[in-house]
Amino acid sequence: MNSTTENPPVARMNAWWYSSPQTFYRLAGKLAPWFAALAAILTVIGLYIGFFVAPTDATQGQSYRIIFIHVPSAWMSMFLYVVMAFWAAIGLAFNTRLSSMMATAIAPTGALMTFIALWSGALWGRPTWGAYWVWDARLTSELILLFLYLGFIALQAAIDDRRRADKAGAVLAIIGVVNVPIIYFSVQWWNTLHQGASVSVKGSSMASIMLAGMLVMVFAVWMYCIAAVLYRVRTIILERERHTAWVRELVAGEPLK
Amino acid sequence: MLSVLVQVIRRDLLLAVRQKADVLNTLFFFAVVVTIVPLGIGPEPNLLRAIAPGVVWVAALLAAILSLPRLFANDHADGTLEQMLLSAEPLSLIVLGKAIAHWLVTALPLTLMSIVFGVAFDIGVEETGVMVAALLLGTPVLSLLGAVGAALTLGLRGGGVLTSLLVLPLYIPVLIFGAGAVGAAASGVAYAAYLLLLGAFFLFALVLTPWLTGIALRISVE
Repeated sequence: MNSTTENPPVARMNAWWYSSPQTFYRLAGKLAPWFAALAAILTVIGLYIGFFVAPTDATQGQSYRIIFIHVPSAWMSMFLYVVMAFWAAIGLAFNTRLSSMMATAIAPTGALMTFIALWSGALWGRPTWGAYWVWDARLTSELILLFLYLGFIALQAAIDDRRRADKAGAVLAIIGVVNVPIIYFSVQWWNTLHQGASVSVKGSSMASIMLAGMLVMVFAVWMYCIAAVLYRVRTIILERERHTAWVRELVAGEPLK
Repeated sequence: MLSVLVQVIRRDLLLAVRQKADVLNTLFFFAVVVTIVPLGIGPEPNLLRAIAPGVVWVAALLAAILSLPRLFANDHADGTLEQMLLSAEPLSLIVLGKAIAHWLVTALPLTLMSIVFGVAFDIGVEETGVMVAALLLGTPVLSLLGAVGAALTLGLRGGGVLTSLLVLPLYIPVLIFGAGAVGAAASGVAYAAYLLLLGAFFLFALVLTPWLTGIALRISVE
């Protein structure tokens, strides 16, 4: 029961064709499985490179391999917050429902990525630093990012009126976006136990096979996040547009609550 | 413009004086929290001296959060807030006035009380001075950021707790640098950078938060 909805009758295609929940629902339904498949394939490749092909590290031994999970999820946690804030801001400024629905859909995946980054980082810290957790700038600001995601979700859950929830969440997300550059630059601005940037646009200080594996995992996690968000936004669309004719047709035959 | 600001501050101060209980409860809460920490941790003076900045700052944060609902809830309940939104005067100005009044009534007495706690924790004269300076610079940020949180959660169930969840992550930088300033003074290290950063947060919040609070109020009240 998916992409058999009819498109609304419109004279011709335009640039904003997919900014309606109805049209985007179909598009997301068609795209999401491809992203999911891509994520699965890239994960297998990435983890194979990471766990079997990449050599042992000179200083850290085998425990460095957690980088193939830790760095992709950390990058995605920051990236997803910025994307979420972007869509929330668009929804606030232009009063578009779908943009706010995207922001709401991104939040749980972003929170999950942040949690994975923190947890995998703690497991990596134990063998290398001797501590599961230190209160240095990067770890603390990443923890704040998790709280910002959870605060966004909590605020939207507490407001019954969906449009008010969208806009209030947008204000919160925009205020919190100032934390992302802090996380990113924390290793430059403070003396911190966390490693500095070893990958940049100009080049990297990692062995190329390790870098390759890590980049494959970054894409894998990115594809997973896109797929998860697209599936989630489809559910949100159905929930919020349940009073419309196209949704009722879609679920025709099932008793509507 | 200035007369509007003064009027809003006067009105809020008058209301606070007439309902002293609200204000005094917050200060009492601050005092109680700072007092029970040594009771829980033990009276070992060196330990208390080390944790004093953190304890005072955390208690100040919690007291500030506790007093936030009072910013807009009463005005929202009797319709004054809607009149403020409809007013010809800039909403940012009105919000700024309310935040200033909130600071005068909550944070300023709190800062003065912290001098007593500086003595109680035996942290030394210069450290107490730095603590007062840090609180004077940091507590306005708490009032200003708290105003945004209070505006976003206006009238919601789960009220105070939800506001604290939203606002505490935003308070964390102020806490880190505020307590850090006193810690640096206690270690004999230069503390000016911490105070300057707190000042920067203050200016940043002063410029942006009244506008954001105005947006949040319009979202919450419409």
